[in-house]
Amino acid sequence: MADNGDDDSQYRMKEGDYVVLKRGDIFKAAQIVAKKKVIFEKQWFFLDNAVGHLYNSTFEIHSGQLQLKKTSDTGGSADSKEAAGVDNRNIVDDGKSQKLTRDDIEMLKEKGLKGQEIIQQLIDNSSTFKDKTEYAQDKYIKKKKKKYENSVTLLKPSCRILAMMYHGREPGKICHLRYDTLAQMLTLANIHAGSKVVVFETCAGLVLGAVMERMGGFGSVVQMYPGGGPVRAGVDSFGFPAHFHHTLHEFPLCRVNALLNGTLEAAGKDPGADEQAANAEEEQRKPAAEQQGSPEELSVETRAADTESLEPEEPEEPEEREKERRKEAKEQEKKQRLDEKRKKLSAAAAVLEGRNADGLVIASRFHPCPVLMGLLPLLAPSRPFVVYSQYKEPLVECYSKLKEQGGTVNLQLTNTWLRHYQVLPNRTHPVLLMSGGGGYLLSGTTVASGPSKPGQSKPVQTNPAQFKPAESQSKEEPAAKRLKTMDTDG
Amino acid sequence: MSFAEYSESIAEGDVAIIYLSHDSMMPVKVQRGAQTQTRYGVIRHSQDLIGHKYGSKVSCSKGWVHVLHPTPELWTVSLPHRTQILYTTDISMITMMLELKPGSIVCESGTGSGSLSHAIIRSIAPTGHLHTVEFHQQRALKVQEEFMEHRVGNMVTVRNQDVCKDGFGVSGVADAAFLDIPSPWDAVGHAKSALKKQGGRVCSFSPCIEQVQRTCAAFTDHGFSELCTIEILLQVHDVRTVSLPVPDFGPNSDLNRDQKRDQNQTQNQNQSSPGAVTIKTTTVPREIPGHTGFLTFATKPRT
Repeated sequence: MADNGDDDSQYRMKEGDYVVLKRGDIFKAAQIVAKKKVIFEKQWFFLDNAVGHLYNSTFEIHSGQLQLKKTSDTGGSADSKEAAGVDNRNIVDDGKSQKLTRDDIEMLKEKGLKGQEIIQQLIDNSSTFKDKTEYAQDKYIKKKKKKYENSVTLLKPSCRILAMMYHGREPGKICHLRYDTLAQMLTLANIHAGSKVVVFETCAGLVLGAVMERMGGFGSVVQMYPGGGPVRAGVDSFGFPAHFHHTLHEFPLCRVNALLNGTLEAAGKDPGADEQAANAEEEQRKPAAEQQGSPEELSVETRAADTESLEPEEPEEPEEREKERRKEAKEQEKKQRLDEKRKKLSAAAAVLEGRNADGLVIASRFHPCPVLMGLLPLLAPSRPFVVYSQYKEPLVECYSKLKEQGGTVNLQLTNTWLRHYQVLPNRTHPVLLMSGGGGYLLSGTTVASGPSKPGQSKPVQTNPAQFKPAESQSKEEPAAKRLKTMDTDG
Repeated sequence: MSFAEYSESIAEGDVAIIYLSHDSMMPVKVQRGAQTQTRYGVIRHSQDLIGHKYGSKVSCSKGWVHVLHPTPELWTVSLPHRTQILYTTDISMITMMLELKPGSIVCESGTGSGSLSHAIIRSIAPTGHLHTVEFHQQRALKVQEEFMEHRVGNMVTVRNQDVCKDGFGVSGVADAAFLDIPSPWDAVGHAKSALKKQGGRVCSFSPCIEQVQRTCAAFTDHGFSELCTIEILLQVHDVRTVSLPVPDFGPNSDLNRDQKRDQNQTQNQNQSSPGAVTIKTTTVPREIPGHTGFLTFATKPRT
């Protein structure tokens, strides 16, 4: 086996890395930033000491610092095999079985005793412990461990861990998408390296991140976004290498109709219309930008100074100079942002224009029906799509509409059940039934509605929706959305 | 065409999926001059398939079919069974929980009919590799042939040996290992040595709880951590429009006039036959698979 030290370099934690903290079944995403306090499970600490250690290492927390836990510790206390009872016929709940008082325990904690030692003290001072059955003793120790052990494991982020974390911590943020449902989505949409995938999600970026992980930086992903800009908080937690982000594009949902109608390019050439649209977006963003405060402004000024040296034009009045400069800098900044936005838009449009995307993934808080009908025309024939909804009824509507419209086959409305098991000698049983709450999926495959080559023996009725999706769409679409689109397009 | 890469049109030598209906699909190997019989009539490969786009409609004498680009999921529902196979619901969970992604090195045993193998290869392509072990010689040869036909042969190595005795044929290279054999506990040690020294993920699929218990014990003995046993079931909802008859209570007294009016309104809205209400709803199939197998996952710590 090759065993050089370099092997490990990618398995070691560095400053700036995104990690996931774990204790028991509880996760929390964090970034390793020097001297930055992290609060996890009612304890605060610094992650500084984790730098240089391997992922999956377990640390103990001592006065805010992480200390690598020795592996020999983990076995612990199991060797205290003493006498154990057979049943509980003589165990009476008199509330006096624990000889240590709450104050005693607090004192032990203050003395800086390790969690393991406190647990041993609790066992030694419990009059009923030795009468408990072997299984009850086990359970007692496990319960106390959960309470007094102050260790934390640092994991490398992955779709598996982040999906479980979000579902456990903030299900509302991800539309209650359970991790097994996310797993189904990635498979049903055949997400893999080298394809061109369209994603629309309002799941904090978790679904987008999951898709990007499966693509491994090969191919392209276009994130469709509502409102002023895409949300990607969850994507950061994955800690993808920089080159993954080169494959990621973004496209505003409010331009989809223009793209499908072929009027997007014209709008791009007419700066007035484009600027107007961008301005509207800018307005939405403004409050956020203003809150960022001084560091942002400082950088703006230094950048402005750079550009000024290239441009000889300078404000006339010296007393007004400072104000003018600020104003100009802001304009400049705005223009730059607009330019960047326009560039991004046209890059994304170029990816989508062929209407030959390889996959479509939708998971949002919006009504899935208009979203699906609006984005499906971007897909090439014989490509899978999958729509998530927390509720079944809107997917029933999608199903009926697709059946009516044609252009898809293999439609399936499903949900999954997930059951966890406790597997221990003589104590094996299901632990949790998670029936509801994981959401529903509608999946299918696109097809061309007519024969692929004209002049074939038997002309089959062609469905106009497949060839001129935008037009047929506009008739079916709710009026409100149509109006909004026209507005922004000027 | 490849199972790991999309292409636009059908070419000779491709494997295409003929879609007849939701529960009826058949894979065909596209060959010039060849014909395929379906219940809707004959498909002539030279005229109907070669050069056409995937997803297009093919007219036959008694109807039409769609030709789909192959994917591991379509292959799973249409492949020739040589063994019991894993279905997409379990495969999805295995892929996520084993953290498979482009570049992953994976060990699998047994290969069986190759249902899971195709899904793994798709997920780890183009830079990953699958080492799969099948002790049944004929099955090993057959699946190897399929991998070549599906143009993924460069990403998979099939070994015809007994994983419980001889292991996976590699050591210290894998990011993940998967076991679907009758006695997985006998292969846990081999899985451990196949995985990278920095650690990795492992999964075992067993139908019986006794197998799970022995496997979990073996995982613990070999120092694996994060043991987790789950079961995942798919529920399919058929979308239906159903009509519920409204009973007739006979002529009404004045007291129930309001209620009667409401009833009439509902009937008018739905424009259904008098005395019935039509609704759109979903039903579940009369019989559903209640159990496939238990999935046990574990993490191999660094050694």
